[in-house]
Amino acid sequence: MKEYLLLNLRALKGRAYPRVVGGTRELSWIFFDTILPLLTVAAYVFVYQYLGSLAQGPQKEYIGQFVGYVILGGAMTAYWMNVLWSMAAQFYWEKEIGNLQLYMIAPMSRMAVLGGMAVGGMFYTTVRAVSTIVIGVLIFGVTFSLGPPIYLILVFLLTLIALYGMGMLFASLYMLYGREAWHTSSLLTEPIYLVSGFYFPVKYMGAIVAVSASIIPITLGLDALRQLMFTETAGIHGFLPVEVELVALAVLSVLFLFLARHSLRFMENLGRKTGRLTMRWQ
Amino acid sequence: MNYAVETKDLTRIFRVKKRRRRRSESKGSEQDVTALKDVNLRIEEGELFGLLGPNGAGKTTLIKILCTLLLPTSGKAYVAGNDVEKDPYPIRRIINMVSGGETSGYGLLTTRENLWMFSQFYGIPSKEAKKRIDEMLEAFGIWDKRNAKVRTLSTGERQKANVIRGFMTDPSIIFLDEPTLGLDVNASRTIRKFISDWVRETSGRTVLLTTHYMMEADELCDRLAIIDEGGIVACDTPRNLKKTVSKASSLMFEADYLRDPDKLKGIEGIQNFTYKHNGQMNRTLLTFIVEDESAVADIVSRIVEQGAKIHSLEKREPTLEDVFVSLVGKGLA
Repeated sequence: MKEYLLLNLRALKGRAYPRVVGGTRELSWIFFDTILPLLTVAAYVFVYQYLGSLAQGPQKEYIGQFVGYVILGGAMTAYWMNVLWSMAAQFYWEKEIGNLQLYMIAPMSRMAVLGGMAVGGMFYTTVRAVSTIVIGVLIFGVTFSLGPPIYLILVFLLTLIALYGMGMLFASLYMLYGREAWHTSSLLTEPIYLVSGFYFPVKYMGAIVAVSASIIPITLGLDALRQLMFTETAGIHGFLPVEVELVALAVLSVLFLFLARHSLRFMENLGRKTGRLTMRWQ
Repeated sequence: MNYAVETKDLTRIFRVKKRRRRRSESKGSEQDVTALKDVNLRIEEGELFGLLGPNGAGKTTLIKILCTLLLPTSGKAYVAGNDVEKDPYPIRRIINMVSGGETSGYGLLTTRENLWMFSQFYGIPSKEAKKRIDEMLEAFGIWDKRNAKVRTLSTGERQKANVIRGFMTDPSIIFLDEPTLGLDVNASRTIRKFISDWVRETSGRTVLLTTHYMMEADELCDRLAIIDEGGIVACDTPRNLKKTVSKASSLMFEADYLRDPDKLKGIEGIQNFTYKHNGQMNRTLLTFIVEDESAVADIVSRIVEQGAKIHSLEKREPTLEDVFVSLVGKGLA
C-alpha cells in the first residue's frame, strides 16, 4: 500500500514537472498569457469607467467596484483556458505524440497522471493569473477590501480542486476522441465566459442561468472570491452567501474527482476494446 | 511452466470504416479487418525472441495486446502468467516497451529530465533514477546531450534516449517494436549490442523484438516467429529456419594446388563438389555442398593427406530472406 502510494506520488510529481518548468523555458507566455488577456480586461474596464462617469450617487461607487471584478475575472480566465486546453484536450495531444500509450503501460494509477497535469497546470496558471492581477491593479488602481483570509484561501483552493477535477473528467471523456475534443474545447470557451460571469457578477444573468452555470466551479468560485475581496459590495452583487458557495464547491470537488476516476477507467477499457488508445500508426 | 509470453489462439479483429468507392455506397459502413488470427506462441524466460514480418503483418498489434493496450477479440494472451485481459496491473509492473520512430516525452525538457519524468511513472526514487540515467546516457554515447532539449536531438539520439527510457526501469520483459527503424548503421549497431548484452547479463530477462530487418533478426534472436497476414507461419531458431529451406550447406575451401582433387569424391555426406585451379596463385578453390557438416573433418584430412595447406574455409548458409520467401511467397520489402 505504502509502495503504491509512493509510486503514485512520484508519478504525480513527474507529470507535474514539465508544466512547472515550462514557464521558465518559454518566456513568450509573458506576452501571450499576461499582456493579451489584459487587453480584453481593459476593454471592459473602459466600458465600466464610462458608465461610472454617467452614474450618480452610490451607483457610481458600485460600478467602480466592477473594475476590480473584471480584473479578477480576467485572471480566472487563465484557469478556465488551462482546464480546457491543457487538461481536457491534453490526452488528445498525448496520443498524437505517443505519450498516452506509455502512460497506459506504466504501473501507476492514471489518476496520478491527471493529478500531475492538474497540479502542474495550477502552478503554471497561478503565475500567470497573479501577474494579470498585479499588472491590472497597478494600471487601473484597484483597491481591495479583504474578508477573512481563511475563507479566501479555502474558496480559492476548492475552486481549483473542483475546476481541475472537472478538467480531469473532461480529459478522460475526451481521451478517445481526436479533433472532436478540440472542437468541444473551442465551443466551451466563449459561452462560459458569458454565463459564468467572468466580467460581471453572475447574479445579473438571472437565477436560472446562474444556477445552471454553477455546475462549472469557476462560477461559484469567482462569485465567492469577489465577495471576499470586495467586502463592501459583497451583499449587493453576490449571488449566494459565501458559506453556501464553499459547501457547493466542496461537493463539486468530490463529485468531479469521483466521476473522473470512474470515467477514466471506463474510457480506458473502451479504448482497449476498440483499439483507440494509440494512433493507428503507433 | 510459466512462460514469459504465451498466447492461445489469439485473434484480434478491428472494425474499420469502409472507403466509399461509389457515391451510391452508403457512407460510414464498416468492415472487419483481421489483424491477428489464431496466434499460438510460447516465449520462455530469458529468450530474445523475434517476430519477423512485413508491414501490416500484425506484429505491432500483438505487442499492443501483450502490453495491455489492446484487448484480444478472442483467444488468450498471458505475460509472466498473467492474463492481459483480467490482470493488466501485475503485467505493467514488469514490462516496458520501445517503438521505432517514437517521439514521446516533451520537447522543452532536456534528455535527462525527460528520462527522469518517465522513471517516476515506475516509482524509481529520484536519486537511483538519475544514477541509472547517467550510466545509460554514457553507455549509449549521448552523455554530451544530457542537457540538450529533446526537440533538438537527431533521430538517432532520440531513439537512443527512447531505448534508455525502456530499459532504465529494469523490466523483466521488454517489447521492442522495430527499435532501429530508420536509424543509421552506427546507431543501429549500438542499440543492437545493448539489447544483446542486456538480455544475457542477468538470467530471466526476456525480449520480444519485432523487426523487418533480416540481418537484425538473424544476429539477435534466439528464436524467431515469421508472421504474415496475422498468422504465424513458422517458429524456430534462425539456424533451424534456414535449414528448412535447404538442408545442405555450401563450404568453400581455398587450399594449395591439389594435384588430384578427384580423390575428394566419395566422402560420405557430400552432395556435390566442384573445384577450380588458380594457376597464378598456385591454389585450388573447392566448393562442397554437404548434407551433413560432419563431412568437414574428412574433407580437411583428405586435403592435408595430399600435402596441401588450407588457407581459408568459408561456409555459406541460406539466409532468412530465403526462408521468408519460401514460406510467404514474397519478400519483406
